Amino acid sequence: MLAVRGICKAYGAKQVLDGVDLDLAQGESLVVIGGSGTGKSVLLRCILGLETPDAGSILWQGRPLAENRAAFMDRFGMLFQNAALFDSLPVWRNVAFRLLRTMPKAQARAVAIEKLARVGLGPEVAELYPAELSGGMRKRAGLARAIAADPKVIFFDEPTTGLDPIRAAAINALIRGIVDETGATGITITHDMSSVRSVADRVALLDRGRVRWQGGVAEMDAAQDDYLADFIAGRARPMARGPGA
Amino acid sequence: MNPVRLTGRAAIGLTRTTGRVAIFAARGLGRVWQHPAELARQVMQIGWLSLPVVGLTALFTGAALALQIHSGGQRFQAGDVVPAIVAIGMARELGPVLGGLMVAARVASAIAAELGTMRVTDQIDALVTLSTDPMGWLVSPRLWAALLCVPVLVGVGDVIGIMGGWLIGVNALGFNSAVYLSNSWAYLESWDVVSGLLKGAVFGLIVALSGCWFGMTAAGGAAGVGRATTNAVVAASVGILAANFALTGLFF
Repeated sequence: MLAVRGICKAYGAKQVLDGVDLDLAQGESLVVIGGSGTGKSVLLRCILGLETPDAGSILWQGRPLAENRAAFMDRFGMLFQNAALFDSLPVWRNVAFRLLRTMPKAQARAVAIEKLARVGLGPEVAELYPAELSGGMRKRAGLARAIAADPKVIFFDEPTTGLDPIRAAAINALIRGIVDETGATGITITHDMSSVRSVADRVALLDRGRVRWQGGVAEMDAAQDDYLADFIAGRARPMARGPGA
Repeated sequence: MNPVRLTGRAAIGLTRTTGRVAIFAARGLGRVWQHPAELARQVMQIGWLSLPVVGLTALFTGAALALQIHSGGQRFQAGDVVPAIVAIGMARELGPVLGGLMVAARVASAIAAELGTMRVTDQIDALVTLSTDPMGWLVSPRLWAALLCVPVLVGVGDVIGIMGGWLIGVNALGFNSAVYLSNSWAYLESWDVVSGLLKGAVFGLIVALSGCWFGMTAAGGAAGVGRATTNAVVAASVGILAANFALTGLFF
């Protein structure tokens, strides 16, 4: 459904992505892991069109995404790391932001409240502003916005960052449940191993701008890769050798 | 480093930035009427809510101007020119410049802080992922609202400034009320007022453009937003004074 082919991206002399290849099937949940600064978020930004890759291509349904971006943009949802809710709009308008272009206000509001309920937020939250929500509630509201237009692909950028373990587990369960229910393809960027185990069908380990290892969650623990083993176990590595040395 | 090379680099950098800002302004202004509700909201924010500060500034400026002209004019027996000079001075120069500077302090900083915060908290990226053009949603309504509202603020400020002079003239300087008002209008030409309003439109654009440019290009968290806000106010204020000099030369 979505394929990434040889994506490269550099900022000045720093080569952040150096030939990334990934394939995603419809309904699959892929989790991209890797240490800080390994290019996970840049990869996501390239797929979303927020950055232009220096080389390589991204295919969606077999066609280059660059030629098909308008259609793609209407079929994906995105949960940002800090939810990125619009401060000036109440929660329901945040959730219904895309819907308000194509639906009457009352209908869009009803859909927004339904999506808020799906992520565990009651209708009393609808009229609140993002600044009035806790971190966990903001994440849930961001998730409701991501799924509001019934997307075919959903991106989750560090979905559990800044949450306590109980709230993080709840968000992970929601992500898994939404991907299973809707049949959407999910791409999650994280370095939280509990997220990986809860959410992933398949895992890709990014290191030095390349996919170092990929496989099923079950294969992850048995993989013969010292960096992956250290990453899973949370073991420190000598900084001088670099993250993937 | 070679001073010629340094000067050349600075000139290229300045030209590049000027070009970018010009393209940014053209893109923002070209998206007029895409979001009329947002434009109406910005008219309220930039126009209506600036009225008190612009009005108070004009009132005190007109009053102080009347005192100064009367005091200075008496040295050569020209104290009677107070009404005409206050009216011409407010309409041509002080109304647009001080009104523009007050709007710069209030609006350029608010725009830069709001858009800068949106930039560093991914809200602008979120707009893009929701198939919404940030230039049309955020920049265009602010540019057009300032362009349309600041001339109106200048016009209102002119009237309030003249009234400030009238208050002092009648109550402190011994002018007859009817004569003061009559002399105010007698020497005021329509071009005095129109040129001030045109200046207001240019100053409004400078204010909103500074706020939007520095806000949209903010980076580096809270410190970056702080820098963007400071830069926006400084650029808008200096831009207004420079544009005022150029426009005054052009108009008169």
